[in-house]
Amino acid sequence: MKVLLMGNPNVGKSVLFSRLTGANVIISNYHGTTVEFTKGIMQISKKTIEIIDVPGTYSLDPSSSAENVAVEMFEQGNIIINVIDATNLERSLYLTLDILKKNKAVIIALNMWDEAKHKGIKINVEKLEELLGVPVIPTCALTGEGIKKLTDRLQEAVNPAFEFDDKWDKIGSIIDKVQVITHRHHTILERIADASVIPITGIPIAITVLLLCFWLIRFVGESLIAYVFEPLFETLWLPLMMRLSNLLGNSGILHDIIIGKLIDGNIEFMESMGVLTTGIFVPIGAVLPYIIAFYFILSLLEDFGYLPRLAILVDVLMHKVGLHGLGIIPMMLGLGCNVPGALSSRILETKRERFIASTLLAIAIPCMAQIAMVIGLVGKYGIKGLSCVFITLFIVWILIGIILNKFVKGRSPEIFTDIPPYRIPHIKTVIKKVWMRSKWFLKEAVPYVLLGVFVVNILYTLGIFNMIGKVFAPIITGIFGLPKEAVGALIIGFLRKDLAIGMLVPLHLNLKQLIISSVILTMYFPCVATFVVMIKELGFISMLKSVGIMIIATVIVGGFLNLVL
Amino acid sequence: MNKIFSLANIQANKNCKIISVEGGYGIIKRLDAMGIKEGKIIRKISSQPMRGPVLLEINGSQIAIGYGMAGKIIVEEEE
Repeated sequence: MKVLLMGNPNVGKSVLFSRLTGANVIISNYHGTTVEFTKGIMQISKKTIEIIDVPGTYSLDPSSSAENVAVEMFEQGNIIINVIDATNLERSLYLTLDILKKNKAVIIALNMWDEAKHKGIKINVEKLEELLGVPVIPTCALTGEGIKKLTDRLQEAVNPAFEFDDKWDKIGSIIDKVQVITHRHHTILERIADASVIPITGIPIAITVLLLCFWLIRFVGESLIAYVFEPLFETLWLPLMMRLSNLLGNSGILHDIIIGKLIDGNIEFMESMGVLTTGIFVPIGAVLPYIIAFYFILSLLEDFGYLPRLAILVDVLMHKVGLHGLGIIPMMLGLGCNVPGALSSRILETKRERFIASTLLAIAIPCMAQIAMVIGLVGKYGIKGLSCVFITLFIVWILIGIILNKFVKGRSPEIFTDIPPYRIPHIKTVIKKVWMRSKWFLKEAVPYVLLGVFVVNILYTLGIFNMIGKVFAPIITGIFGLPKEAVGALIIGFLRKDLAIGMLVPLHLNLKQLIISSVILTMYFPCVATFVVMIKELGFISMLKSVGIMIIATVIVGGFLNLVL
Repeated sequence: MNKIFSLANIQANKNCKIISVEGGYGIIKRLDAMGIKEGKIIRKISSQPMRGPVLLEINGSQIAIGYGMAGKIIVEEEE
């Protein structure tokens, strides 16, 4: 049996889903967190039930690709759990009426029940149940209230053979009978919410918030490295590896693959290039602390509800690059990892926007893994080098965006989105989300980095880097001004960009070369994980175009930097 | 008779009543699904400079729409 969770965007379907199935899914306080359906299994009285978390939609008449998924999924369900927002009953019922008209068994979860109470909204549940002819269960998915009752009554889901002439008239008459709203004053959160979208206060708030976020990410990341990860590696892992190194005889092929090269008789985690030294240190010791810091801050912003408001403020700027305000969301997520970034480009309605968004993302948005390594490597020279890298990428992002907007066929629609109220982040949810995303990062990154280190050793031993280096020397040295050994980083960058930056360490580049290589490693090609997602999302032909743009842009920008720096 | 504006050029922070929604079938339908239709009372919360989006409040929840779309929503000021 298939049970579908359906409802408007951002009413808490995914929270309910993880409550029902025990599965972990990413939830946030804005529309479009779920862009593809998620399946889970639930047991009710020894029966196995398949639960599907469907992206939000306002009606069964789709207007974005995520909504399209929702409407297609609808046909496959046996039972529909229609999740409705108690704080916005009127709009929720619009979809409910669409659903009730179809021939499906329906049960309603009246979610955000607690928030409605706080807002002075009273809903007569029995009456609503009677009028709609299907079971209605008040729930608060975040705290788990009402979930038990929902599963108990799941069997009572019915198809009520609901009839009406005009949808809004019907909704109006239902609302009149079941809902009483008591007037109340604006809360502080609502005032802050309004202040963050009025230009005069909103723009200073946005700048403060973003600067504070960058500072916090760096502060948390550096503190984690200095007080947790570095001591762990230095005092626990290093002695272990030194002993293993001795055991393996301090040299030889096996030693080089596992431990790497000793530098002045010591293991250097960044340079040695052994599977168990650099291969473990890069993802865990150097990158993970920043991943944790980044996702902690991002999760707070997401759950508070700030991102859609930021989208309003940057809407005009985003139109210059052929997107509307919501295009900021794939970019922000992309700063963590380009893969979820590319996936979230589905919140944009048209193919054109999704092409522009993914291309910009892949060219000019470095992921946190790469940023962490760049901070470690370029940051040694102070803020100047770092700003040079990131400002260059920002300019590239704008310029390529403007060009794409001019030449990609079609038009981009205007923003049209629900703006959720500010909510105080639920700390357990935030921690769970950071945990899930960090775990996901380790699962994605560690195997690729280990493989990468292994491949580096093999290619190096076989002299293949040297060969390719000679072939590409005219570009690498001639245009970018880098030593031809840097070709190794460009090859490995396809597997993992963080490792690629790490491979620059033994080359002892100067600041100018570090800036150029950091920029071109971001731009020239997406890593394999992003590449695969982009092919899936854009199709082969569009991806080919996108890659073409990346390579040409890299040569131009890299060459330009080499000339002017 | 109250003055008639489009949502794009009415002052922020005033309650107003929707008189009509101009525009094609698609736009009307999308707005309709969000409850934005003739006779509804809405409030414009803010608008961004340079023909940026308009944020409006309807039934206690907020919706951001583009400047162009806001221009198609014709409203009159409420007392």
